[in-house]
Amino acid sequence: MARWTPERRKRALVKTGYSIYYALFLVFIYGPMIAMFVLSFQGKRGGTSLPLRGVSLHWYEQLLSGRGVGDLQGSLLRSLILAVIVMLITALFSTMLAMAFRKRFYGSTVLFYTVMSGLMVPGVLLSLGLATVMRQFGISPNWYTSALGVHVVWTLPFGFLVMMAVFNRFDSRLEEAARDMGADEWTVFKEVTLPLITPGIVAAGLFGFTLSYDEFARTTLLAGQYNTLPLDINASMTQRIRPTLFALGTASTVFSLLMISVFLVIYTLLTRRFR
Amino acid sequence: MSEQAAEQYHPGLVGAQQAAAIERPAQARQVKYDPGFPVGWLIAPATAWLLVFLVLPLVGIIVFSFWESTGHGMAPALSGDAYAAYFLNEGFFDAEHRNYLTPSIFIKTLWSTFYYAAFITAMCVLVGYPIAYFLAAQVTAFKWQLALFLLAMVPFWTSYLIRAVAWLPMLGRRGMLNEFLLFLGVIDKPSQLFLYSELGYLTALVQLYVVLAVGPIFFSLAKIDNAIVEAARDMGATSFQIFREITLPLSLPGVAIGSIFVFVMVMGEFATAVVVYGGKATTVGTVILNYYAIANYPFAAVNALMLMVAMMIGVVVILRVVDIRKEL
Repeated sequence: MARWTPERRKRALVKTGYSIYYALFLVFIYGPMIAMFVLSFQGKRGGTSLPLRGVSLHWYEQLLSGRGVGDLQGSLLRSLILAVIVMLITALFSTMLAMAFRKRFYGSTVLFYTVMSGLMVPGVLLSLGLATVMRQFGISPNWYTSALGVHVVWTLPFGFLVMMAVFNRFDSRLEEAARDMGADEWTVFKEVTLPLITPGIVAAGLFGFTLSYDEFARTTLLAGQYNTLPLDINASMTQRIRPTLFALGTASTVFSLLMISVFLVIYTLLTRRFR
Repeated sequence: MSEQAAEQYHPGLVGAQQAAAIERPAQARQVKYDPGFPVGWLIAPATAWLLVFLVLPLVGIIVFSFWESTGHGMAPALSGDAYAAYFLNEGFFDAEHRNYLTPSIFIKTLWSTFYYAAFITAMCVLVGYPIAYFLAAQVTAFKWQLALFLLAMVPFWTSYLIRAVAWLPMLGRRGMLNEFLLFLGVIDKPSQLFLYSELGYLTALVQLYVVLAVGPIFFSLAKIDNAIVEAARDMGATSFQIFREITLPLSLPGVAIGSIFVFVMVMGEFATAVVVYGGKATTVGTVILNYYAIANYPFAAVNALMLMVAMMIGVVVILRVVDIRKEL
């Protein structure tokens, strides 16, 4: 056992201080959400703040019966389909782009900054720009066309950065060996490259799915006739706030957390298998 | 030259073919041996996508800002009307009352949006830096580091709209914050200070965006080679000296990236002001959406363009302070 020298004691003290700060930070970022979770189980007569007047699933029932927020089941379904499509396209495009960026090519710098500016351009600008352009051409916006388009612009940089990091640590000699043994490019990709980068692709997909599922600003003017879930949530803000909103928020957040854990589990399983 | 050629070549096929490589310039060899899928096919889909859904909308905003509003749409023109309305008018209902010395309501809105964004960015860095530092430098076990980092980052993958909604039960007159302070005896009657107040609004914004600062700062702190810190400590540097001379300078790129992230997001913000501030703060985003709703597209475009310009100024200022290009 090491003795408690003044140096060690000081370090332990500093570490404790930081730990307390970190715990407070967690309370800060999770506190409101937890309060919302609790209030979503508010009793029938209860309001939007404490005290709890009994515990019930009343507001969830309201939600399911469709008396809470617009066309909930429809918008949830649309958000899910959209998120899955965005996930697939993000994973595909970011893998392709990162593979291209393993070599130097003409215009690579411009392309790099164009991809990255997807992070930098506020959603409201893209929404306005694309909505007006489409209006001028007489095309009506739809969640599966225009909203899909700008969602991918937003998620692609994240997936791209993940895949760039994957290929930075990638050992090209494995591919060289396969080529030397006479494998064609598709075989090399299928048998060597793809299995090694699959965890990265899953991580890129996580960004695609969750960021699209939660995206609001970019969908604002571009969803067309039918709302996605975040748009419905925002629309219900203009009505009187009722605990139904908290039930919806809780359900949606729990779903997000579930998706994150599913992705994390797949990711860990894959990395363990290919290590 | 021969060394370079040999390196480029299949290790198993030296011999006759390498002699051929030496005869020709190495440059020609490099071009010919090009494994992997063709770059053109790899980048074509994403490039086309970005042209349609990123470049086209931005070009559209610039072009439309010069068009003329027709009341229910817009017509092609080269007109400065929308710009004149932006810079010269005193307000929406106040077309003829011109006062060139006071900035228009729109410039004031832009300025307040910029000011809020800068303030929130600074707060997010101040609050987030110690968290990133704790995770990167104080937590030594990799497993814990990963777990605690993920725990801090999870809100990034949940809906920020719902997280804004979650502030409502906290802030109200009978909200949890008030109840808590009453319970502690800090105040004796419920304070009006929280819901739909500036304090509540700013707190919520920091809470919503702070994780965007923590991530990049953590990554740049985690990259610092511990040997440098050890060396400094061996030479008798105090903790504060180490922080000021080594840790802080090396983490600045992360601070810059995190700041740009937060700044840009808050500049484009429009929903939180409605949810937790009762729409009392007008951001440029709100103005853009309002003018889109009344079909004055050129004017919405001018507002959007000015927002972009202000954002770029902010980003350039941040990049002047820290040169992140060395890091990328």
